[in-house]
Amino acid sequence: MKIHVEYYAILKEQRGCSQENLDTDAATPRALYASLKGDHAFTLEDSDLKVAVNEDFASWDDALEEGDTVVFIPPVAGG
Amino acid sequence: MESPFWITESPIEPTALKKTLQGAASGAFASFEGWVRNHNEGKQVNALEYSAYKPLAEKEGARIIEEAKEKFAVEAATCVHRVGPLEIGDIAIWVGVSAPHRSASFEACRFIVDEIKARVPIWKREGYQDGLTDWINCPSQELRKPL
Repeated sequence: MKIHVEYYAILKEQRGCSQENLDTDAATPRALYASLKGDHAFTLEDSDLKVAVNEDFASWDDALEEGDTVVFIPPVAGG
Repeated sequence: MESPFWITESPIEPTALKKTLQGAASGAFASFEGWVRNHNEGKQVNALEYSAYKPLAEKEGARIIEEAKEKFAVEAATCVHRVGPLEIGDIAIWVGVSAPHRSASFEACRFIVDEIKARVPIWKREGYQDGLTDWINCPSQELRKPL
């Protein structure tokens, strides 16, 4: 399944790019993050993050669909 | 309708923003400015950078303004957050609320700032005098490079 992932903040720094297209077997954002965390040694746990699918907040165990855009959201610090 | 919350890379201009909130029914106006300060948790801050996931930040920010309008007797409210490299003293966030009476303007202003800090996907990286950097609020960081 083809998924588009965008990276921000500390994840962008640790991944070394701001976005990529992946062909993945991960069925959920949780599985996708676990796979990426293993590949890229991300230091944040999924419990530290929120996740967005197609530009809105989503649940970690939602089913991913072909062509989805996924963003993992590190702890925010606006203001 | 123009969104009541947006992300900008340009300096924030409070006077112009305040004018957009004026109205004949409003007897009160409260605003909050978040400024870049030169220290955090005992460390000297030399450089600072905000970044945002803009589409969702603007969506969630607009929701927060709508929630404030439902909770408090407010005429109009606007919030702007700046991203990119900022300098000490720059305005990072501006919130303005007009209302018939003062208590609603104070309360709504406080509510909006608190919710934005907690919910909107905006990140802050600070650079310190020793050359190291921190992503604020992120535990277990290993990468610490100059900004």
